[in-house]
Amino acid sequence: MNPLTITGGTLVDPVGGSVLPGDIACADGKIVDSAPDSAKSIDAGGLHVAPGIVDLGCFAIDIPAFAAGGITRVALMPDQSPAIDEPAMVQHAAAAGKPTVWVHPLAAATQALNGEELTEIGLMQRAGAVAVSTGRQRIADSGLMHRLLSYAAALDLMVITHAEDEGLSRHAVATDGETATRLGLPSGPAISEAMAIARDVMLAEDTGAHVHFRTVTTARGFDLIREAKARGVHISCGITPGHLLLCDVDIGAYRTFAKLSPPLRSAEDRDAALVALADGTIDVICSGHDPQGPEAKRLPYADAEPGMSGAETLLTLSLGLVRDGHIDMARLFALLSRNPATLLGVDGGAMSAGSAADLVIFDADAPWRVDTMNMASSAGNTPFDELPVQGKVVHTIKGGQSVDRPPS
Amino acid sequence: MSQAIPISAATPEGAHPFPHRHLTGIFGLQPWEITFLLDEAEQWVELNRQSSKHDDRLAGLTQINAFFEASTRTLLSFEIAGKRLGADVVNMHAAQSSVKKGETLIDTAVTLNAMRADVIVIRHQASGAVQLIADKVDCPVLNAGDGWHEHPTQALLDALTIRRRKGALEKQRVAICGDILHSRVARSNILALTALGAEVRVIAPPTLMPAAIDRLGVTPFTDFDAGLDGADVVMMLRVQNERMQGGFIPSSREYFALYGLTRERLERAAPGALVMHPGPMNRGVEIASDIADDLERSAITEQVEMGVAVRMACLDVLTRQQRGVEGWA
Repeated sequence: MNPLTITGGTLVDPVGGSVLPGDIACADGKIVDSAPDSAKSIDAGGLHVAPGIVDLGCFAIDIPAFAAGGITRVALMPDQSPAIDEPAMVQHAAAAGKPTVWVHPLAAATQALNGEELTEIGLMQRAGAVAVSTGRQRIADSGLMHRLLSYAAALDLMVITHAEDEGLSRHAVATDGETATRLGLPSGPAISEAMAIARDVMLAEDTGAHVHFRTVTTARGFDLIREAKARGVHISCGITPGHLLLCDVDIGAYRTFAKLSPPLRSAEDRDAALVALADGTIDVICSGHDPQGPEAKRLPYADAEPGMSGAETLLTLSLGLVRDGHIDMARLFALLSRNPATLLGVDGGAMSAGSAADLVIFDADAPWRVDTMNMASSAGNTPFDELPVQGKVVHTIKGGQSVDRPPS
Repeated sequence: MSQAIPISAATPEGAHPFPHRHLTGIFGLQPWEITFLLDEAEQWVELNRQSSKHDDRLAGLTQINAFFEASTRTLLSFEIAGKRLGADVVNMHAAQSSVKKGETLIDTAVTLNAMRADVIVIRHQASGAVQLIADKVDCPVLNAGDGWHEHPTQALLDALTIRRRKGALEKQRVAICGDILHSRVARSNILALTALGAEVRVIAPPTLMPAAIDRLGVTPFTDFDAGLDGADVVMMLRVQNERMQGGFIPSSREYFALYGLTRERLERAAPGALVMHPGPMNRGVEIASDIADDLERSAITEQVEMGVAVRMACLDVLTRQQRGVEGWA
């Protein structure tokens, strides 16, 4: 592999918590102290150089979108067709992104994600699965979830779950409130999330398993996570930019691109998410990347599939949180890279010698406008269409090699 | 009949009386635009009472009634309205259509559009479906009910009925009772009645009351008697049988005991209070038969009559642009 030197960058180090001018060298896929003089060189010209983004929980392998978004590793949700519920599926999915992006398949917790029978998570772990996931839904059966967590704890496998109580949210496509009432949409109470978290916090405490709540979106949910973490329960949680920046009002007149899972919450819950981001309750910002074509989205709101195409706007939208003073740049890359890498047990999120040479070079100020008709992703289902944003990826570097430049 | 118009409902000088291409809901209409449609409907009430009920202003235009959800009375009302105005009226029932074969709603809309419909009336079981179609076709679209969202012509006919009986809507205390949660009739009526200055209360069991309904400018009650107190108009809603099998309500007899309108209960309302129902009624479930059949108190058949007139007004107004009516082109 050709060595590479990046000079004149502003290096973002989420481990040391520093953002300082400097150079960085790569050889043999790793960050090194110095590269030979023959190394290819990139002049960063003062732009930020940060660890590549580790996106915890994408629904599709969408390499152009990942490259455009500075994403170098992806944890792939088991909700594929067919589900990632056996070792061969894990091996197959793990090879799908190389060399541009490394895909870490999440093992389905139950067969075909039916919520009823456990899968061979031990064998899937040996085949390369780095964690277990319940998929788009949680496991409704508390007894089965208890057994899953006991079993996963013995294998030291993190279990990633979805936090919605199915009894309260089965038919809901929105959160109870004025917007759902005005639009006449089936809705469920926001406490659906806290109820699910409360159960799984207790199960995590009882079994000693590590439970990661992939997307937490409500004030009551964050309160439970905060309190359980303080008690030493082994849990963590994530959120998407959609849930940090939008609320139910943004559904507007049935904009199906704003139909997410969990559904968009009230403005008060959105504000609570910003507080939880700042105080450390939230561990991960992920894209929830879920490209959906018109056949899934150009439908009446209740019939449309949830999900947004989020990979290529993940960094850009998150940079807004830094500009608005909710978090600093080093903390942003803890949320986007260091923490998810640590949770998954993969090499990433560090700028020190010996770490994977997965990097993103970006211009934090470059202005552009999100355009659903002009996306690198396989589908343009973003609720941020036409939003003026700042921050653009200039180079995505995977294993010391520059990935094709994203379209400008 | 009095024609008193609330002050807020007078069209401001220079404003177009109805600057909308479609009628997808009451939401977004100005009070004077609602009043304009009611005023327009008055002439059709008169015409419909003549032995010859024909006007040919829509002659040559094609009206498609695309009903994706079963309906008898609303479909019939729109069909009669179109025919009395001289339009060529075609009914499309979902049961006979390619919708059953998996065609998407957008494809159906494009197909209707390609057939050069001049006005499309749509009923669909999904909230927002009518707006979705309206965005894809070149002709005016009239919402005949979409999911739990809106049923604007029902609200207009209800407003016209109240206005003719009570003289005005302003300050009228209107109690809407029943399954508010699943009711597009309730939503459209709340929007129309509050816009026209009525004081609106909604009465429902807690399981059938939408969240944050007070944000729509109404007062919610779960106690029927308290909500009825002093009401000038009592608007009963149909409660579907499938809601009364334990999911939302324990039983129909318990519902009637707690939320059914009886003559004794009606005593709580203002003297001479008007009783309304959008139909079809569940006699003995939400309303006692002797009330429904009391011509003094019940306006239920009058609502049906006003329905045809209001729909004629809407069809006329929405097609004025393509007919080149002066001031609308």
